[in-house]
Amino acid sequence: MNKASGFSQSALAGRLNRLIDFAPVLIALLLALLVASVLLLALNANPLEAYDFMLQGAAGSENAFAETLVKATPILFVGIGITIAFRGGMINIGGEGQMIAGALAGVTIALIMGEMRVPPELAKEKGAFDIIIVACSLVGGFLMGALYGGLAGFLKAYFDVNEILSTIMLNQIAVQMMNFLLNGILLDPAEAGFNNIPKTARLVTAAQLPRLSLPIGDPHLFARTRLHWGLIIAIVLAAVIYIFLWRTSWGYRIRAVGENQRASSYAGINVKRQMMFSMFLAGGFAGLAGVVQVLGLQYRLQTDGSPAGFTGAAGFNGIVAALFGGLNPLGAIPAAAFFGGLLVGAQKMQRELGVPASLITAVNGLIVVFVVSSEIFIQQRSKRRVSVAEEEAPAPTLNPSSKMREGLSSSDDGQEEG
Amino acid sequence: MGLDEIFTASVFASAIRLATPYIFSALGETFAQRSGVLNLGVDGMMLMGAFSGFYAVHIAQVNGAMSEPLSLLLGVAVALIVGGLMGLAMAFVSVTLKAKQGISGIGVYLFGLGLSELLFQQWVGTPKSVSGFPRINFPVLTDLPIVGEIFFHHNLLVYVAFALVPISAFVLNHTTFGLMIRAVGQNPEAADAMGVNVARVRYATTIIGGMMAGLAGASLSIALINLFQQNLTAGQGFIAVALVYFGGWRPFAVAAGAMLFSFVNALQLQIKVIGADIPSEFAVMAPYVITIIALVFATKRHEQPTALTKPYERGE
Repeated sequence: MNKASGFSQSALAGRLNRLIDFAPVLIALLLALLVASVLLLALNANPLEAYDFMLQGAAGSENAFAETLVKATPILFVGIGITIAFRGGMINIGGEGQMIAGALAGVTIALIMGEMRVPPELAKEKGAFDIIIVACSLVGGFLMGALYGGLAGFLKAYFDVNEILSTIMLNQIAVQMMNFLLNGILLDPAEAGFNNIPKTARLVTAAQLPRLSLPIGDPHLFARTRLHWGLIIAIVLAAVIYIFLWRTSWGYRIRAVGENQRASSYAGINVKRQMMFSMFLAGGFAGLAGVVQVLGLQYRLQTDGSPAGFTGAAGFNGIVAALFGGLNPLGAIPAAAFFGGLLVGAQKMQRELGVPASLITAVNGLIVVFVVSSEIFIQQRSKRRVSVAEEEAPAPTLNPSSKMREGLSSSDDGQEEG
Repeated sequence: MGLDEIFTASVFASAIRLATPYIFSALGETFAQRSGVLNLGVDGMMLMGAFSGFYAVHIAQVNGAMSEPLSLLLGVAVALIVGGLMGLAMAFVSVTLKAKQGISGIGVYLFGLGLSELLFQQWVGTPKSVSGFPRINFPVLTDLPIVGEIFFHHNLLVYVAFALVPISAFVLNHTTFGLMIRAVGQNPEAADAMGVNVARVRYATTIIGGMMAGLAGASLSIALINLFQQNLTAGQGFIAVALVYFGGWRPFAVAAGAMLFSFVNALQLQIKVIGADIPSEFAVMAPYVITIIALVFATKRHEQPTALTKPYERGE
């Protein structure tokens, strides 16, 4: 073990340490780009040309950038939720199903409330009632997603059912439930008897999340794009969850359980409750992702019947973004923007070069593998740092990007120190 | 609609056929998990095996350079190799780099999902079928009423899968290799002290798991469905992982779980065929609901390998 050197106490070293914590993410990205380049070469495409098209597609114009942010929005919501779950030691693979659960509840509320007559006392304030509709839909979507995620937490806490497996099964069940409802009671009356394309009726304007534009230039920036307020909600909630996880005792308990269940339980924390709670919150954020897609973008719930027909695989991409963001809600913001850009840029690449956009799915997988693989290096570093800290100060160093992730295995033991 | 309309011989026969990919992949996963490695990338490995096996057969048959049986053997070999390579990668990541297995497996899955789709779109384009493993006609046996249809009219890979069940059980329980696997999964420190190379055993089982997943994929693309399309497996690899838990890490019980699951699936298809008054979505949902319920009851009864998902670090 390396002992403390005088240099490591300086602020500069602290900053350097923090920078190095993000090194695995950057290394993972570079490695993934390298492998992607090899794949592109194997497919007879020029990698530089491909990346150029991707950059153009993702950020080459006002509309391109707006589309990137539009794609990033559900990924960010899911990513915040996944961050909570992973911090709590729960490996939530159920983002897809939780998104669907949230969207189903949210769209139902929005459709019903959209039909309601405005109460007389609110008639003057039409805008206020609109806000109530949207708020109710969002809360309903959050709660339904939260219950769906919480179910997996419940099964883990009380029946020891591996949450990875249960969330994967719940994904499939949610897809079928959505197909059933969209072909049945939620089917757009205009579709019934014709094509029966599985989709709901279009939401009335009052139930829609408004488009977002920034008062810069004329016309306003993003005024003619599909960017909507969901992005702002997601960013604000990312900050809220950051504070929740690191500045409140609730968040502390979640992280404690994620780091070491046995120690938490000795310390008097109700581990089962924390497991359910972190899955509840994770599901809630995925649910928000689903309902925001409906209220802000599509104005109806529709699918092509395939598993990712509605979600666009945001439930999976949110996992990638959460890891890429260092399991920090604030880090998830740029991470989600990056993966949103990757998805939008890949479509441009597909149009221009004929390279299928599914390349991005493979690259995402590589990034996940590389990020978790490179943790061995931070773990060794943080072990050194913990031994340094023990000498210097009694306070434990909670190094968010490495120590916490040690709790991610589904087992309940902490890691032995070598 | 009578019960005799639902429980036909063909339902039992198709249950046996549908169980094939689950048995292959779940047996392979059993080996990996018994040694302490949770490979969640099975579905991605199956997809890669399914695509590569399909593509090899497709090329061989289009060119007409190879006889049909030879092309099919080539397809199986390619699927085994590709699956094995992905197993090797998974082993490197989870044994050597000690990455968190639950998450790295999802990465491997996404990689396999994306790459198989990418290569398929690039090299094949539209779904094309190949002539896959033919059904075997046994003298006398196949012509037996009912029994013949249920048991003696399947393709070769179906029989291989079922034959592997007792073989796997034997290897795990009655061979030195099996003993090493179990030791490494239960108590790696003790195994290490006895001179067992923990890393090497885990590499071996994860590669075996990958090869079996590759074969499972090929059993879909060149024996059961005889074509490839994007996301052909539709999550079957994850079911396979669940079946291993369900079967308490014992090959016979795992295979029984696979049979149960595919029987429910076959029933579901039959119910659709005869147009029963059950929404098809609920029928499709049923196997997953049953799997969750089964997991609730199964995980209580059996002890999982103590070292499952835990990377081994030698004490200093």
